Amino acid sequence: MLKIENLHAEIDGKTILKGLNLSVNAGEVHAIMGPNGAGKSTLGYVLGGRPGYEVTEGSITFDGQDLLELEPHQRAAAGVFLGFQYPVEIPGVSNVQFLREALNAQRGGRGEKPLSGGEFLKLAREEAKKLDMDAEMLKRPVNVGFSGGEKKRNEMVQMGVIDPKFAILDETDSGLDIDALRIVGDGINRIMRKPDKAVLLITHYQRLLDYVKPDFVHVLADGRITRSGGAELAHQLEREGYAEVAA
Amino acid sequence: MATKNAEALAAVSKKYEWGFATEIEQDFAPKGLSEDTVRYISAKKGEPEWMLDWRLKAYRKWLTMASPDWAKLNVPPIDYQDAYYYAEPKQKKTIASLDELDPEIRRTYEKLGIPIAEQEVLAGVEGARKVAVDAVFDSVSVATTFREELKAAGVIFLSISEAIREYPELVKKWLGKVVPQHDNYFATLNSAVFSDGTFVYIPEGVRCPMELSTYFRINAENTGQFERTLIVADKGAYVSYLEGCTAPMRDENQLHAAVVELVALDDAEIKYSTVQNWYPGDENGVGGIYNFVTKRALCQGKNSKVSWTQVETGSAVTWKYPSCVLAGDGSVGEFYSVAVTNNRQQADTGTKMIHLGKNTRSTIVSKGISAGRSDNTYRGLVRVAPTAEGVRNFTQCDSLLLGDQCGAHTVPYIEVRNPSAQIEHEATTSKISEDQLFYAMSRGLDQEAAVALIVNGFAREVLQQLPMEFAVEAQKLLGISLEGSVG
Repeated sequence: MLKIENLHAEIDGKTILKGLNLSVNAGEVHAIMGPNGAGKSTLGYVLGGRPGYEVTEGSITFDGQDLLELEPHQRAAAGVFLGFQYPVEIPGVSNVQFLREALNAQRGGRGEKPLSGGEFLKLAREEAKKLDMDAEMLKRPVNVGFSGGEKKRNEMVQMGVIDPKFAILDETDSGLDIDALRIVGDGINRIMRKPDKAVLLITHYQRLLDYVKPDFVHVLADGRITRSGGAELAHQLEREGYAEVAA
Repeated sequence: MATKNAEALAAVSKKYEWGFATEIEQDFAPKGLSEDTVRYISAKKGEPEWMLDWRLKAYRKWLTMASPDWAKLNVPPIDYQDAYYYAEPKQKKTIASLDELDPEIRRTYEKLGIPIAEQEVLAGVEGARKVAVDAVFDSVSVATTFREELKAAGVIFLSISEAIREYPELVKKWLGKVVPQHDNYFATLNSAVFSDGTFVYIPEGVRCPMELSTYFRINAENTGQFERTLIVADKGAYVSYLEGCTAPMRDENQLHAAVVELVALDDAEIKYSTVQNWYPGDENGVGGIYNFVTKRALCQGKNSKVSWTQVETGSAVTWKYPSCVLAGDGSVGEFYSVAVTNNRQQADTGTKMIHLGKNTRSTIVSKGISAGRSDNTYRGLVRVAPTAEGVRNFTQCDSLLLGDQCGAHTVPYIEVRNPSAQIEHEATTSKISEDQLFYAMSRGLDQEAAVALIVNGFAREVLQQLPMEFAVEAQKLLGISLEGSVG
């Protein structure tokens, strides 16, 4: 599904990714772990197409097409979802309006019919309920006045409604208490653990991986993947630390 | 990113969908401005002697005045002799029904989506309610709908030209009472040469049964439009009134100098909404309307209320300060404004809240959005007279910048002469954030849609003041006005 080859990327002239290789197949969950400043979030932004993150070398192929050719909204329509570490506030725009416009823009990009107001609202309410989010919050401005945990849960509601093929989830576990962690973990499994989908989890800690069992764990250090393994690698990292394992 | 921004800014091309011209025969006044021009206009309209005298008095006063230069606007000198002051479509003087309206004019309004036949509703709006329309084409009103239905409710809704003939006492009583003839250069000019506009009178205790609106269209070349509107809400009356305006794309600048007067008596309420979409000129600042407008409300009665809502997206130059004179004790003035400038547009707009009565209150919410190489200024006055006990005012001015070559300015004047007043002023200036843009795009919105969404969110407090039908139109307009403004 996703193939990253020899990826070099820089921001403001500073090289962050230095030859990263990664292959993700349909049906797989991959976890990327690593110390602060290793380039984890940069990888997420490069996959999402954030302006300012310049790819200087290498390639990213998604479902056979050159992902780097696509604008961020085209990547979304192609099935890529980026869950933000710090979800952004948009004052004056309700969650419902934001998500409906976004979903219908994606559907339009794929040549599908837009959902009507009623159809959309039903879908959004169901998804909110599954993630234990008060439906009233759908009417509130996007992420404005939400706690850290509510913002992350809201990201999952968006993911559930959009129903992407491939999700990059950047520290979705940060800011969550134990109960919220379980709800979010269950959400990821329910929405994304399917044979035709894949997930890239970017995380610091083992604890999310207790709920979402990764098929592969990679250590990202200094812009490269230095080590890969199965779920047990995450445990080893937790015990021994990055310095020890990644070296 | 920086170079991409610059390229996109250079390539800014603003779509203006309303820029077509209508080919019809028109009668013009002789070019230029003189006493004869004033007499010509008055005669064309079959006005009584007192009206002509009033106009001539204003004209003579105007000759002694100078164009104001205190606004943050760069406007080349206007040659008042190089324009026409009156243009009317050639057609029968009075038409018995809409069927007699020139088909070209009819088609013009159809293209603009303005319902001038009563069975029509606003184009493209589901479930729209009835809206009565006065359609002003250059210097004359060409159609006014729902007149009979309104008359049955006691509401007078017709063009000001007709009102001068049919309700001279009412017009005489109020014309120039809120905006005196000598008020300012453009108001005085308007008083001399005003062409058409709307007159509304809501009798005591009547709630107007539908929205009233006037749609102004400038069509003729080199012609100024001098709109004059007068709305009187008698004791306990309520009316919601809307105005819209568009003009063809032309390389010459054209002058629109309007005067709007509102009067609210005891316990009356007037809600006045504007969606101003005059041609803004092209990306290099060629052409566009010069919009010099004096709008003022007199809250004469106790507990009366006037609410101004404006969405200003058009015009090359906007000079406009819809104001409230809060004379009646307990009266309320509100001003909600969204002003968008793109390319080379200039806007200097705001309000004046003059607190004279006791326990008067005012609210000002201004949202300025600047893009391209435009300049956008909020200028507002809050004045509390010594007699005005217990006054409250809240002002909020927010500016949003798109790109790095535009300007946003806030110029508040606060004059308080009574120590019991509570005045609050909040102001913010921000740039559209890259985080917000990327977040919206990563969810599937293209750049233009993302900008439109964020800007609409920024302006929401104001947009939600508009009647539903116009809120939809205004939201689309904000998006279109800013197309291509972010790289």
